[in-house]
Parts: sequence; C-alpha cells; structure tokens
Amino acid sequence: MSLDTETVRAIARLARIRVPGDAQDELANELSNILGWVEQLAEVDTDGVAPMTSVADMTWPRRDDTVTDGDCRAKVLANAPERHDGFYTVPKVVE
Amino acid sequence: MTYIIEGQTGDWEVVVGLEVHAQIASKAKLFSGSATEFGARPNTQVSLVDAAMPGMLPVINEYCVEQAVKTGLGLKARINLESVFERKNYFYADLPQGYQISQYLKPVVGEGVVVIALPGAAPREVGIERLHMEQDAGKSLHDQDPRRTYVDLNRSGVALMEIVSKPDLRSPEEAGFFVRKIRSIVRYLGTCDGNMEQGSMRADVNVSVRKVGETGYRTRAEIKNVNSIRFIMETIEHEAERQVEVYETGGEVVQETRLYDADLGLTRSMRAKEFAHDYRYFPDPDLLPLVLSQEYVDTIAATLPELPDDKNARFISDYGLSPYDAGVLVAERETAEYFETVARGRDAKQAANWVTGNLFGALNKKGLTITASPVSAENLGALLDLMADDTISGRIAKDVFEQMMDTGKAPGAIVEEKGLKQITDTGPIEEAVDRVIAGNPDQARQYRDGNGKTLGWFMGQVMKATGGKANPKLVNQILRAKLRE
Amino acid sequence: MTMLTGLTIAQARDGLDKGDFSAEELAGAHIEAVERVRHLNAFITETPELALDAARASDARRAAGGALGAMDGIPIAIKDLFCTEGVLTTAGSHILDGFVPPYESTVTANLKAGGAVMLGKTNLDEFAMGSSNMTSYYGPVINPWKAADGKHRVPGGSSGGSAAAVAARAALGAIGTDTGGSIRQPGAFTGTVGMKPTYGRCSRWGVVAFASSLDQPGPMTRTVRDAAIMLQAMAGFDAKDSTSAPRDLPDFEGALASGVKGMRIGIPNEYRMDGTPKEVENLWRKGIQWFKDMGAETVDVSLPHTKYALPTYYIVAPAEASSNLARYDGVRYGLRVPGDSLDDQYELTRAEGFGDEVRRRVMIGTYVLSAGYYDAYYLKAQKVRTLIAQDFRNAFEDVDVLLTPTTPSAAFVIGEKMDDPIAMYLNDIFTVPASMAGLPAISVPAGLSRDGLPLGLHLIAPAFDEITLFRAAAALEEAADFTARPGETGE
Ligand SMILES: [Mg+2]
Ligand SMILES: [Zn+2]
Repeated sequence: MSLDTETVRAIARLARIRVPGDAQDELANELSNILGWVEQLAEVDTDGVAPMTSVADMTWPRRDDTVTDGDCRAKVLANAPERHDGFYTVPKVVE
Repeated sequence: MTYIIEGQTGDWEVVVGLEVHAQIASKAKLFSGSATEFGARPNTQVSLVDAAMPGMLPVINEYCVEQAVKTGLGLKARINLESVFERKNYFYADLPQGYQISQYLKPVVGEGVVVIALPGAAPREVGIERLHMEQDAGKSLHDQDPRRTYVDLNRSGVALMEIVSKPDLRSPEEAGFFVRKIRSIVRYLGTCDGNMEQGSMRADVNVSVRKVGETGYRTRAEIKNVNSIRFIMETIEHEAERQVEVYETGGEVVQETRLYDADLGLTRSMRAKEFAHDYRYFPDPDLLPLVLSQEYVDTIAATLPELPDDKNARFISDYGLSPYDAGVLVAERETAEYFETVARGRDAKQAANWVTGNLFGALNKKGLTITASPVSAENLGALLDLMADDTISGRIAKDVFEQMMDTGKAPGAIVEEKGLKQITDTGPIEEAVDRVIAGNPDQARQYRDGNGKTLGWFMGQVMKATGGKANPKLVNQILRAKLRE
Repeated sequence: MTMLTGLTIAQARDGLDKGDFSAEELAGAHIEAVERVRHLNAFITETPELALDAARASDARRAAGGALGAMDGIPIAIKDLFCTEGVLTTAGSHILDGFVPPYESTVTANLKAGGAVMLGKTNLDEFAMGSSNMTSYYGPVINPWKAADGKHRVPGGSSGGSAAAVAARAALGAIGTDTGGSIRQPGAFTGTVGMKPTYGRCSRWGVVAFASSLDQPGPMTRTVRDAAIMLQAMAGFDAKDSTSAPRDLPDFEGALASGVKGMRIGIPNEYRMDGTPKEVENLWRKGIQWFKDMGAETVDVSLPHTKYALPTYYIVAPAEASSNLARYDGVRYGLRVPGDSLDDQYELTRAEGFGDEVRRRVMIGTYVLSAGYYDAYYLKAQKVRTLIAQDFRNAFEDVDVLLTPTTPSAAFVIGEKMDDPIAMYLNDIFTVPASMAGLPAISVPAGLSRDGLPLGLHLIAPAFDEITLFRAAAALEEAADFTARPGETGE
C-alpha cells in the first residue's frame, strides 16, 4: 500500500497533528513502507477465525451504583493550561 | 391522517427515524464513581477518569447494565448476551478522552417494537433497531466569553441509552407520540426519569422525504440534540419542507448534520465540517466484552412492572373504560396508579371521569403534576364514596373537591366542618317545598297547566333554599307530588 | 558505602533486617550513585528528598518492629510512565510538560505501601514507543556497558532508563512496562533481569497508556530472585482496572529453589531466523544444553505464526495508541500551543508535543482504523492474534516453558536504525509474540557478545504460571553464572 500525500494530509487531520507541507512526502514514504511491511498478514488464512477481543480470560468486573468519586475540582483543574471560574477554557468553538 | 406535503411537482411524504438518548437513572456514572445529579457547580462531579487523566481506566457500573437490559425487555426487544463496548473517536472540547465509549457492532439490545396510538387512528407498530449504552459528553458553553468556550465535564461519562427507531415514522405527530411512548415506558420501568428540560431525554432526528408511492429511501439529514417533543415535531416539519423545496428547485439533499434553531423555526447545517467524520470505531481494549447469562436476563424480566400497553388493555377489559380514557390514564405510571387506587371497589367509569376531568383540570390550573396533587387518590376515592352513599350530592361533591384541592383535607372532614351533609329527611324538604310553592303561586299554576319546564325552576329554588344540601331525588319526588295537589 | 549499591534486593533486605545498615544509609548510597551516573541520562526526575524521607520512615518502622515486607527500605527507580502523586510525570514526552499527577498509580502505590523508596523517575522512549530510548524528549539514555569500540550503546527501550539505572548500580531494582518487549529487551541490552508478568497480573491503573491490550508493568532487577520479590510487591488484583486478573498471588520467591529436573523446555523452531548473528544462536544452543545438563528435557515445538507477530503488533499497538493518545489535546494538562481555533490548537499542540516516532504510530493507527481499512488491517490483525495465542496454547500442551533468545543482537550504537523504523522494530521480534498472547516472560542475562556486551535468554510460560517461569529462570541464571559488570557504574 502506498500512501499519497493527500491521504497523509487526511490522516493528519483526523489525528489532529499538523504536518507541514514539506514534510508530507517524506512521511507518506515512511508510512507506506510500514504499511507495505505489515501487509504480509494478508497471506495468513484467517477464515473462520474470531478476532481476539481480550487476552484476559475472565468475567467483567463491575462497580456498584454508589457515588465514590468526583467532587475534586481542584485536582481535576490543577494541571489545566488555562481555566476560568471552575471551567476549562478553549478557543471559542462555533457550532 | 396521512401527513402530506403538497409540492409543486406532487405530493411528498416524510420519513423519520429517531435516536432517543435517555439518561439512565443511576446515582453514579457509567464508568466512574462520580455523581450524576443535575445542576451541580461546574466540574464538581468529575473524577480523574471523567477528566481523562493519563492512565485512568473505566470500570462499568453494573446497575446501568441492568437498566439497559430492563429497558430492552420493556421495548419487547432481543437482549444480546454478548455485547461489546467500542470507542468512537473524534476530537471535541467536551470529549476529554478524544473518544466516546459506546456500543457499535454489538449493542446490548437488538430489535424490538413499540406501539403508538394516535387519536382516531389504529394503533401502529414502530420498529426499534437497537438500544446501546454509551457515555455522555461534557458541556460546552459558548456565550460566557467573547473569545473562549467554557467546558464543564459534569455530564462527561453519564450513562445514556441510545434507543434507535427504524425509519417507520411518517409525520411529526407520530414522532411526537413515539417519543412520548418511549418516555412513558422508561418511566414505568424507572430506568430514566424522562426529564427533557434537564436533558435526561433528547433525540437526534433523521429526516428524509419521498414522493408518495416511492418505496426506497432518499438521502436523510440528521438534526442533532433536539430537546423537547414540540421541537422534535417542529424540526421535522421544517426540515421536510426544506428538503421538498431543495428537490423541487432541482437540487439534491446532502447527508449532513443539522441543528434546529427554534427561534428562527428552521434547521441549519452545522458549520461546514472542515474535517470529514471518520469515527474509527474499535473495541475498547480497557474493557472486556459484556457477557450476560440468560438467568441474569430472566431475573430482570421477572421484576418488570406492568407496562403501558398491557395496562391499557386491562383497563379496557377490567374497568370497561373507553380506549381513549384508558390511553390517557396509562400514559404516566403515576396517573395509572392513582386511577387504580380511586377505581378499586368503586364505579370505574365515574373514577375515570373524575380523574381525567375534575382532577386533571384542577391540577392543570395549578400547574401541578399528579404526584404533587393536594388531593390524594385515597381522598378522591372517599369523595366518590360520599356520593355513592348519598352523603353528598354530585353538586356538593364539586364544591368539596375544590376545597380538597385548596386544603388537602379529607372530604369527610370538609363535609363535617361545613355541614354539607345531604338532607335526606323528608320533613325539612317538604317544609322547603311548601314554602317555595306558597311563595310562587303563578309558577305553580303554570306547572299545573302543563308547562313541565317549570319543574326545573322549582328544583333550583328548593335546592337554593336548602343550601344545596337536599337530596335532589327526594326534592324531585316531593315537588311533583306537591305541585300536583 | 560503595558496597551497599552492589547488593541484591534480597541481600539488602537481609542486611536491613539484621541492622547491618539503615534504610537511610542505603538510600543515601543510591542517591550518590544516581548523581554519579547522571551523564547516562537514566533519570528524568530525581527525588532524593522524598527518598530520604521514605527511608527514614522505613527505619522507624523497623525500629518499632513493624517492617512492611521484603521491599521495606529498598531504593528503586520508577519508569516515568507511572503516575506519581505530586511528582512530575512525563512519559518521555514534550506534550506532558509540567504534568504533576494528583494521584498515584496502583503499582507504585503497592510498592510504596510495601515500604519501597523511590529514587526518581527514569527516562524512556516517548510514550514507551521505541526499542532504544532514543525517542525520549529528554534525550537518549546511555548504556552503562562499554563496548571495545568505545562508542555509546543504547540501553534498549522503552524502559531503558530503568534498565540503565539498575545495571549501573544506581538502584537496587526498577519498574518498567512491557508492551512488545520494553522490559525484556532493555534487560538483555544491559545485562539485567527483565520480567513481564501475565497480562492482568499488575494493574495498569495510573500507568500512561500506550497499547491497552498489551501494556503490562513488571520488575527490572539484577537477579531472578529480586524480580520475584519485586513482583510480589507490585502485583495483585485491582478493581480499578477492568483487565486486572481477580487471582490470588502465589509465593513467587518460594518457587525459585525447585529446580528444573523433569521440566519440559520447548524450543520453538520458528525462532531460528535467517540473519540472526551466530553469537546469539550459539548462546541459545548453550542455554538448551544448560537445561539438559540440569535434568530438563528439551523438546522442539512449532509456533507457526511467529513471523506474523511483529506485523500484527505494528497494527494493533498503533491502533490502540492512536486512540489512547487522543486525550493529549492541550486542554486539561500538559503542553498547549495556542491556535486561532480549537482545531488549530489541537493540531499545533500535538504537532509540537509529539516526537517523530509517536507521530508515525498515531498516524499508522489512525489509518488502520479508518473507514474502509479497518477490516483489512485491524480486524485481520486481531484474527492473526488469535492464531498466535492458539500456537502458544498448543505448544504448552506439550511443554512447560519456552526458551528463546531475547533479542536478535546486542545493544547497538546510539543513533543507529533511527532512519529505518522497520529495522528498529525487528529488535522485538523474539519478545513480541508472547506479548500478543499476554503471556509471562523473562529475560535473563546469559553471556557476552564478541564486543563484550551482554546478551539475554528469554523464557515464556503459560498464562498466570509465573511460578514455572521463575523456576526455569532461576535455574538458567545459575547455569549461566553471569558475573560480568558494566563499565560505568555509580560505585
Ligand atoms: Mg446519533
Ligand atoms: Zn448516541
């Protein structure tokens, strides 16, 4: 699979990582190489094989419906690069 | 009853599917131990898990699973014994993890069916496609600051059930009835409080139109997060009209997400999406597949209350109510229970009339719900008893009821206090009748001359003279006898 | 005090119990050692004050007759992927700039509850993505082992700082995390013991996530016994981690003396790969002979899907990582690069905050999950993963434990392979299959390369059978009798 720069731009947008125009070709190359290499999996016969959902073979652990957490705004906001009046703040979003 | 949009090129019909998001009535969130209460100060119901701090992990709230299964059973739907939580990946200010934990390929509940009954139309089945569990996102406030959006994560991680209908709805009214029905079912089950003002229930509305007679579906638009039944109906109306116009002016409807602007009464495209959506769903590796046993499901099924449709049928057959009255009475579990308390051992039709007539009217006037009614079901029943054993007349009963509404007192006490007991002794009634006849010889003559209408006038006079307390039947008998003398 | 840094954890425990030295002296010796090897860049954050406080508290407990257990007073290093309350936690990334967690990971909390003394947070490949420690925002770690050519070698990765600290006698033990070999490969490169427990043995709560279905904390020590002692103190069921195994812990240290007589050691055919250097093959052959000499039986087994484990890993791990790393968006913690819009801010923050390798993996992961490619890549990989796990189950019908080399080479020169991601990925070719199946595995130092660099042998056991793994590892350690020491230590 060889990725073109258009696809690389689309992935970069989905992943929200800005890739400068002059770096896109090289990145396309790198990613194409890796994808080309992993594509050897195509030769494995997986007909009728269930995908692995969990390596752990156990029942799901559960929590009771009791309030045991939260109410720790100072901790929650402590590391925020920007906050105001108990809110996180981000550049204005227009819907 | 069919909803038709008359266009220039012919008649159009609307095709609607709904995705109802119902908040599970749990104390704690779906994957964390934070509270879910409405109206808390910003970011005070947020755990480190909800804020997606590095290394934080989800652990499922078992109660939420139970509520989802219960709701599935209430929708007469298939319960999937194995379901899988997946991550829906996208970036947004109030989505701290960068993904929403939801269910995608394997939801906990599969296909089901809901019956809606519009007035004057035969009941209709609406297909349920699925019900899945997912986390709610936080809340973005855009109007606090000219440059910033404020983010409150109190809702982040709150448990939702997304109930997805098939595209079976054909009018705004049907959609409204469908949401009411879903709300009624979840409230009966106690799995969601159905409070749309507080966002406990809201819907994504999928709308397309097609020419009458077409069988395929055309491209649909999804109107996100509509938060009242009225808005759901309005948005369908406006969006359908918009789409018809697009087609009739030679355009094509594009698949897109829109918002309903209630002030302007129109839907508008959400900001031209700079980035195409590609949610990259995959099973959440932090969670194991949700495996339920049939016994677990059966145990929940055994606790299911009687649901509105069954109750409706029973009210018609057991109490002889009209389908309309039954429908009104079962819509809310509390109303149905209230009615049954009043009707038990009494004249059920009379009970129904009092509940849907006098009680609803009075509550409406006061802006109260039935759970806040000053007149308890027991007291309303007692009032009916007072009429049945002729302690008071129907007319007095209305006055008593009004005072019950105002004071919350038992009817017996009011009757006692105000001396409203019906006069059933013939003596005092005869005395009053004699006095009225003696004082109105002209009218008495008219009656004897064959003017039957005068009897009603005499009835009124006698009742007035007895303060309304005389037993009307007796008054009638005695009046007839005496006037004929 | 030089002697104190040369002890094993077991020896230090006994010395503390006997009162030969205090925990404070032990900590002090290690704090000095940490300073002396600072040029290795093994630590991102040193916490000497906290260490001394913890050591004094330990001494007080011991004086009162209430030592908490084998780890009480033992100075250790913590991979900077574990969140530590009140102490900077970076994951080796620029994007976590200034992040001070208000919480403590379960594994470090367990260790601290057992009295362990944290010396500091060790360097690592950014977000644990790498096999060299060269992808750290905080710069590469230098392997304390010197080769004849005098060029600096990598310590391996991603837990390279932890491995280097233990090898350089700057900590009695360390903890790392292993996703595809990130404990075992640096163990082999630094002549230390690196142990990856069964997936689910140690809680992942509070560990910065790389690939959730693979990440597993484990001990890094200088002896197998020490690894058993540390694992005992780290592991255990944690209700906060849905993938944590609700199982009781066996007595790991107690298993060590049992020997391997009659044990069946599987030798997987498919691990004999073209291009593996002779010295690695020879060491493996030696290992087989050692087990035979100790009375074990060696059996050839087949793990037919071995060659697909690495490409499978490079689909599954990046896919999970692309999602796990979405939370680093400049809103709630860490680096924020302001932009005109929220999307701008996301893109600028993540472009500046993530290094090349992380960016590569996030992009690969995003791609393999995206519409139209999911089935061909991610779903396919998860199916192959089922086959890989099945291979191991089949093999363990017949044998108790598997013996393989840990790495296809000794530590390489810093800077090598950086322009060839796939060549770098091949470092983990022997360690990744066990990761894909969630199995416990260990690397034991077993010999030296031509250049005088350590090489490891690798054992893999069935799920939750760490007892057998430790038994075999202890025997292997004894047979190998690895006594060589790195050139650069803090002594
Ligand atoms: Mg939706
Ligand atoms: Zn939804």
